[in-house]
Amino acid sequence: MPFTVYVLVFLGIPLYMVVHGSLTTNGGSFTFDNFKSTFTSPEYKAAFENSLVLALWTSLLGALFGVWLAAAVIAGKPGGMLRRVVSSASGVFAYFAGFPLAFVFIATLGAEGAATVLLRNLGVNLYAGNFRITSILGVGLAYVYFQIPLMVILITPALEGLRPQWQEAAQSLGATKLSYLRHVAIPVLAPSVIGATLILFGNAFSAYATALALAGSTLAIVPAQIDDAINGNVLVGQTNVGLALGVEMILVIVVVMVGYGLVQRRARRWLQ
Amino acid sequence: MSTGSVGWIAADVLIDEVAPAGRAPTRRRRARPRLWRVSILLLAFIYFIGPLVSAFKYSLIQADGSYGFGNYWKIVNSSAILTALATSLEIAGIAAVVVVTLMLPTVVWVRLRRPKLTLLLEGVTLLPIVIPPVVVAAGLEQMQRSAPSWVVSLLFNHALTGLTPFYIVLAMPFTYRALDTGVRAIDLRTLVDASRSLGASWFTTMTRVILPNVQTAVLGAMFLTIALCLGEVVIANLLLYQTFPVEIIQQSLAGTAGIAVALSNLSLVFTFVLLFSLSFVGSRRSGRASRVF
Repeated sequence: MPFTVYVLVFLGIPLYMVVHGSLTTNGGSFTFDNFKSTFTSPEYKAAFENSLVLALWTSLLGALFGVWLAAAVIAGKPGGMLRRVVSSASGVFAYFAGFPLAFVFIATLGAEGAATVLLRNLGVNLYAGNFRITSILGVGLAYVYFQIPLMVILITPALEGLRPQWQEAAQSLGATKLSYLRHVAIPVLAPSVIGATLILFGNAFSAYATALALAGSTLAIVPAQIDDAINGNVLVGQTNVGLALGVEMILVIVVVMVGYGLVQRRARRWLQ
Repeated sequence: MSTGSVGWIAADVLIDEVAPAGRAPTRRRRARPRLWRVSILLLAFIYFIGPLVSAFKYSLIQADGSYGFGNYWKIVNSSAILTALATSLEIAGIAAVVVVTLMLPTVVWVRLRRPKLTLLLEGVTLLPIVIPPVVVAAGLEQMQRSAPSWVVSLLFNHALTGLTPFYIVLAMPFTYRALDTGVRAIDLRTLVDASRSLGASWFTTMTRVILPNVQTAVLGAMFLTIALCLGEVVIANLLLYQTFPVEIIQQSLAGTAGIAVALSNLSLVFTFVLLFSLSFVGSRRSGRASRVF
């Protein structure tokens, strides 16, 4: 297949270079030191912590509001205008991670952004405390902008798969609305929700474009550290440590994807 | 994973809307406006529309503090921005064509002859999602450094040759899914058998029989590839190529945030129109396609 050859050349070679580089010293001999220094250096530890925290809270918040929004939309008319608009808009917004999103947020929550100015006129000074658009919180707020639509996209099929007959059956057996939710809807939906949240997590963990446009490579998350290490922005000769960080990032994403595969199998039991 | 993974999901959404509905709509009770619904819809409206409005307002603030279209005029008159935009559009155009010529025959061939390879194909096309873009960029940087000089002069000396092959790889996950959805929706075997038994070559079958039938999916795949190429910034930035999004970031770092916001507004509108127009093309085509069968 020409396609497989193509992927092997244009993805395989860069990937090989990353793994190879992460396991060699600057002189070219084999070593594990690059990985060791990613675990001992306080900066890299902090970067991993920041990345995980950022991915965790944006995925949980995105999942919560995403499910809520999707449920609100689905409760409406099946072919209605609301559904049409939300489904197209989700496709578009989920796709707008990256620099346009970053600048939209600078215009909104930056030091002179519209929301910042509006709140200041109302007597709330966002920038009085630690809040900056370049901080983990500021960047995270921008991430949620694509996490919620992504959740809506991922979870809508599962919500649609909840058959009305199940609710009718539960009600005719005397279940209240609450017990229907507790014993039918939530157990059926749980694997899908967990799976979608994992995707959101991976999405935020490996994302860099938005943070790059908002904060340059100064925000201490893992992709920014890789960027710095490779371009020698802070210390020269750290390239291979950067590559080791890259390998570790891939491993985290692989774990997330395996988890996704496992819950997905479980989700298919009831929802087709 | 950022744009890539979202891409294949977006591909699904767009193509699903376009594909003839397989499932009968489930009947639900007539909705009454209730607090839990109204509140989230209102919140979502503020959170999603608010920033867009502020971005538009921000882009209208000119260098001297007054309101006007000055930033937009500066864009049209800046040769650096226009050059970068031309480079990005070239990359996008080439990538969109190559990715479809590469993927469509593969998808058709696998569906017809080697259905068992579907799993492998899905696995391979998932790879660009598992590998974060910054890691791909790091690998490329290594490749640049240690590659023999003929590779460097052939590939890496210009943004066009240095980025296009890799953007094609990044575009694969969702191109594959879009095309696969399209090919699944037609009666591939009958079409191919009919065409072949009438004496058509494989090339003719592909271009004159299959391609027109999966037009919407192909367009979707191309549009998403174009959107990806116009938005990808991590690899281009790390490899120091002057593409459109890199130029925008430099504008903002140079202190002209107004222009940067204006530029990103333009690219938002462009991508939105691109993806939105697809849903119209789709609904028109599906009406015609149903008459063919």
